Amino acid sequence: MQKTEKKKLTVKDILKNIVSRQIFIPIAALLALVLFNLIMDPGFFAVTLKTNSAGNPVFTGNLITILDYGSELAILAIGMTLVTAAAGGQDISVGAGIAISGSVILRVLCGSTTPWPDKMQAPIIVAFLAGCLAAVLCGAFNGVLVAYFKIQPMVATLILYTAGRSIAAWVNLNQLPIVNDKSFGYFGNIIPGIPIPTPIFITAACLIIIALLMKFTTLGLYTQSVGINESSSRLNGLNPILIKFLAFVILGLCVAVAGLIKVSRLSTINYSVIAKDIEMDAILAVALGGNVLSGGKFNIAASVLGAYVIQFLTTTLYKYDVRSDALPAYKAIVVIVLVVLSAPTVRRYLNGFKKKLTLRLSGKEVG
Amino acid sequence: MKKRVLAVVMAAAMLFGLAACGGNGDSGSGDLIKVGIINNDPNESGYRTANDKDLQAMFTKENGYDANFAYGDTNDKQINAAQQMIQSGVQYLLLSAQDVSGWDGVLQDAKNAGVKVILYDRTIDADASLYEASVVSDMAKEGETAANWLKNQNLGEYNIIHIQGQMGTAAQVGRSGALVDMANAEGWNIVKQQTGNWNAEQAQQIVQSVIDAGTSFNVIYAENDNMAQGAVAALDANGITHGVNGDVVIMGFDTNKWALQELLNGNWNYDGQCNPLQASYLDDIIKKLEKGETISPKTIIMDEKGFDASTITEADVEKYGI
Amino acid sequence: MNALVKENVVLEMKNIHMGFPGVKALQGVDFSLCEGEIHALMGENGAGKSTLIKVLTGVYEKDDGEIFLKGYDKAVSIRSPQDAQKVGISTVYQEITLCPNLSVAENMYIGRTAGLGQNWKKMNSDAEKLLRSLDVPATATQQLSSCSIAVQQMVAIARAVDMDCKVLILDEPTSSLDDQEVQKLFVLMRNLRERGVGIIFVTHFLDQVYEVCDRITVLRDGKLVGAFDIKDLPRVQLVAKMLGKDLDDMSDIKSEGAAYEGKDAHTAVLETEQLVSDAGIKPFDFHINKGEVNGFTGLLGSGRSECVRAIFGADRVVGGTVKKNGKVIKIAKPLDAMKNGIAYLPEDRKLDGIVGDLSVRDNIILALQTLKGFFKPISKAQAYKFADEYIKLLDIKTASADTPIKSLSGGNQQKVILARWLLTHPEYLILDEPTRGIDVGTKVDIQKLVLKLASEGMSVTFISSETDEMLRTCSRLVVMRDRKVVGELSGEQLTQNMIMNTIAGGNRDDAEN
Repeated sequence: MQKTEKKKLTVKDILKNIVSRQIFIPIAALLALVLFNLIMDPGFFAVTLKTNSAGNPVFTGNLITILDYGSELAILAIGMTLVTAAAGGQDISVGAGIAISGSVILRVLCGSTTPWPDKMQAPIIVAFLAGCLAAVLCGAFNGVLVAYFKIQPMVATLILYTAGRSIAAWVNLNQLPIVNDKSFGYFGNIIPGIPIPTPIFITAACLIIIALLMKFTTLGLYTQSVGINESSSRLNGLNPILIKFLAFVILGLCVAVAGLIKVSRLSTINYSVIAKDIEMDAILAVALGGNVLSGGKFNIAASVLGAYVIQFLTTTLYKYDVRSDALPAYKAIVVIVLVVLSAPTVRRYLNGFKKKLTLRLSGKEVG
Repeated sequence: MKKRVLAVVMAAAMLFGLAACGGNGDSGSGDLIKVGIINNDPNESGYRTANDKDLQAMFTKENGYDANFAYGDTNDKQINAAQQMIQSGVQYLLLSAQDVSGWDGVLQDAKNAGVKVILYDRTIDADASLYEASVVSDMAKEGETAANWLKNQNLGEYNIIHIQGQMGTAAQVGRSGALVDMANAEGWNIVKQQTGNWNAEQAQQIVQSVIDAGTSFNVIYAENDNMAQGAVAALDANGITHGVNGDVVIMGFDTNKWALQELLNGNWNYDGQCNPLQASYLDDIIKKLEKGETISPKTIIMDEKGFDASTITEADVEKYGI
Repeated sequence: MNALVKENVVLEMKNIHMGFPGVKALQGVDFSLCEGEIHALMGENGAGKSTLIKVLTGVYEKDDGEIFLKGYDKAVSIRSPQDAQKVGISTVYQEITLCPNLSVAENMYIGRTAGLGQNWKKMNSDAEKLLRSLDVPATATQQLSSCSIAVQQMVAIARAVDMDCKVLILDEPTSSLDDQEVQKLFVLMRNLRERGVGIIFVTHFLDQVYEVCDRITVLRDGKLVGAFDIKDLPRVQLVAKMLGKDLDDMSDIKSEGAAYEGKDAHTAVLETEQLVSDAGIKPFDFHINKGEVNGFTGLLGSGRSECVRAIFGADRVVGGTVKKNGKVIKIAKPLDAMKNGIAYLPEDRKLDGIVGDLSVRDNIILALQTLKGFFKPISKAQAYKFADEYIKLLDIKTASADTPIKSLSGGNQQKVILARWLLTHPEYLILDEPTRGIDVGTKVDIQKLVLKLASEGMSVTFISSETDEMLRTCSRLVVMRDRKVVGELSGEQLTQNMIMNTIAGGNRDDAEN
């Protein structure tokens, strides 16, 4: 009897512990979506093995779709979390950055003679490195404005947000390059013989790399420290300018990888709509992850989960025929609920309510 | 303070560096006809790029024009540019307006200054007396052409995925309207109607969601080439055949060169033209006006074709591809 | 016996309970305040003083208990600071809670106007009048951040005073003020007492309590120890009640620790020659020997902190040389200083010391980690080991090593920062106001620790606003006035009078003003 009571208490404690963890928010959101779909149509989660038109096996199904199409967002969420933590603001130029790096990749692959060569004019790795360079330069530009010139991140990145897509078009002289070589499509689709979409592997690789960075460098501690108290960090021997700059550069690399996936999906680019509004989704992913948007402590895993929550929501809404131009409205509702729930006044109110409830239950009068 | 100044300079340099790419302010003299051409941002789409290129090629000194180009992605910028052109004494003002309204004042100014206004590509809400002519595409007609083509395919059963453009745009309204009307009349089944916002990735996701749901379909009606391309990518990934002799009929719009190439290769079935090449029409109109003729009717609708994979030729791709 | 009768009571708190997750901060505390009295609320850090104040001002919501106020028949419900203000309870907190980028007048009247209208002219003139009457050295239109911390504190008090309160709470108001400014504040407090305001005075300065207060309420571990008339409670007993034990005489801790007696006892560890930073100090010469404790003294704003900041590279050094063990070293930034075995505990704990949201553990390892470098992170296990070691060594009161440092009391935060620097095993430790705003027990702990470290060969520079504290710990004092080193005292010269005279200088006019 006593034993069971004791056990109950620990279960409750564990539950409490889970609820108070930051990562609880995206997990709860994910569970809510899973539950909704399970009730509405259990077939939602079916995964089947098919053959694509090139004769290669491929898994399909909503789950695969979510993991596949959520890749770019998940990768961006990594960098956006770091920038948010270090600089206390967000980079709104990542969509434009994807357009630029994607455009550079295609330009290098297609060369300068014709926009649709039959053969690639350079190895993919060279094109990708060029794309990385372009994205890192964009990140560095933002980083210098934010870290050194102390311009608000949203304002600083507004420059590339406005100009980025024009730069992307200019890189290819306004032409629409198309890569005809099938192997370029491997990054955004599947590699023949491997039935799981490549973006899922790329995302996994990015997550492993950032996990290793977190484990084998002090990036996490330094970023949080600078984000929480810049002055104190400086007096402890840190260089806040360098660390903020680094965060933007890492985000630049994330942008380059996301750009590679994006242009590889269709082997071409559309400057004005590629990765459109993805910056808002990336910021939303960070917020969904329970990270404070004004900087400081962060949890990358939670942000990445947040990214998949957004994709899950998108896929679910497509399934139930919600118009895609109404999607932003649904996302807005999610944001409002989140923001309101995490507001200190609401928290205090809820805590007070809880206290009163327990008091009332224990039979005491409340004045 | 110093830092701030430097930052502003950097930002400004970046923006101006871009603006410089589009500049074109060579003003000659002699017996050339002075025209001012106001267009939208040429980076907006492949369509706009082609449109701008066509105009640039036509209005040259060799062809007897002294042309001044201005680009604006908002109405305000365009109105500003128009006023400057009127003041600099152009004879003709060619205008592709960003928004349909707000132009009465500046067009009245033009009329008072004796500047003749010709609209191209987009119409505006203004009194017809304020302009001489307008050269436009008829989006509804484009849609009708496509819908009629689809009807003539005699598929027996029609299960259509309808991927719409950005809601409320003229192209979307015209192209959607024709299909929906035809579907109602013929009893076609539209299994999915969703906006892809002209975006290939969104179209790809929409088609994927239909496939994941296990719904069967045999037509994809995409309101531009990009979305058709995204849809096809989704089909390829799922091993569904398409195009000539395929399971799914693919329809697109805008006649991008690469899209016509897909048609030629038999991967797609139909592509509707939306003609961006208005320069020759404009040239005609100006020549007539110079001779003192009036243009009637004022609205000139351009010839626009629909291309079928079974009849398209290499020459068509070169001629009509943009 | 007690002259206070029930009618005089302006505030009565009964059986107050308040808990945080895992901690019972207040357990059945009673407190009463009379009209026209200055009532000291005493207790060690974590005794529950701040919590009681925050319950009273509506920052925290109590779990149980009642609050009665004069003029109200029933228990009042205070759920927010606005509620507290409405019923006539005003507060000046230890940490300044004003808006630094607004003007002084705006800060005094912010949030107090009904509706949206604001008569700027009247506001400024009212503010100016009040500032004059209180002798606050600030003008109404000046931006608050351009005032010193001390003046900012006085503006905060002026704001509270002007709100026509029945109960005025001063939470550590004097911790940023020098003696002169404290005296001005006392004049003001007595003035308010005459007018019938009940003042709750929270402080760590025993001298001040005995100078200005009428009654004392002592808390310990969230419980009431008792309320006493000041004349019935001698100092020693007060301290004993706060600590819950008899305190051995703490006036002479210096003699307890043996001085460092190594071979190199009298060689300079660090010397500066004409060192000058961009913070507005005059070039200064300074040295410290192995195992020595010395200090900078002078009035607030005399340049004490700026000197040590220059040594540490916290401000930009624009001239002069620094020698370590006789060799010239270059210190351009804090990391350079750290690599040369210098540690610096900054004056402003909240702004420059703690990294609030990070855990105690991360705060402890931060400096050592930056010394080790980006690619050599301290493992989690190792970090816990370090943290636990120093939590024990310095007796840091925290729920666990994972607790965010911001939820610790001021004294314990300071110990964490101290731990952070001790972990780097510095040769030369600079402590800038390490005991400001912390309780008596911790103060003595820190003083003892400093002497112990010195006896083991560490050189320490100790800065404090409290002269007697400096006298207890330092064997040599550098005296500063007007951002300039004006003298050096050691041995027999180390007396209160001598320090005062040196600070005041030969100029009689200065001394009198």
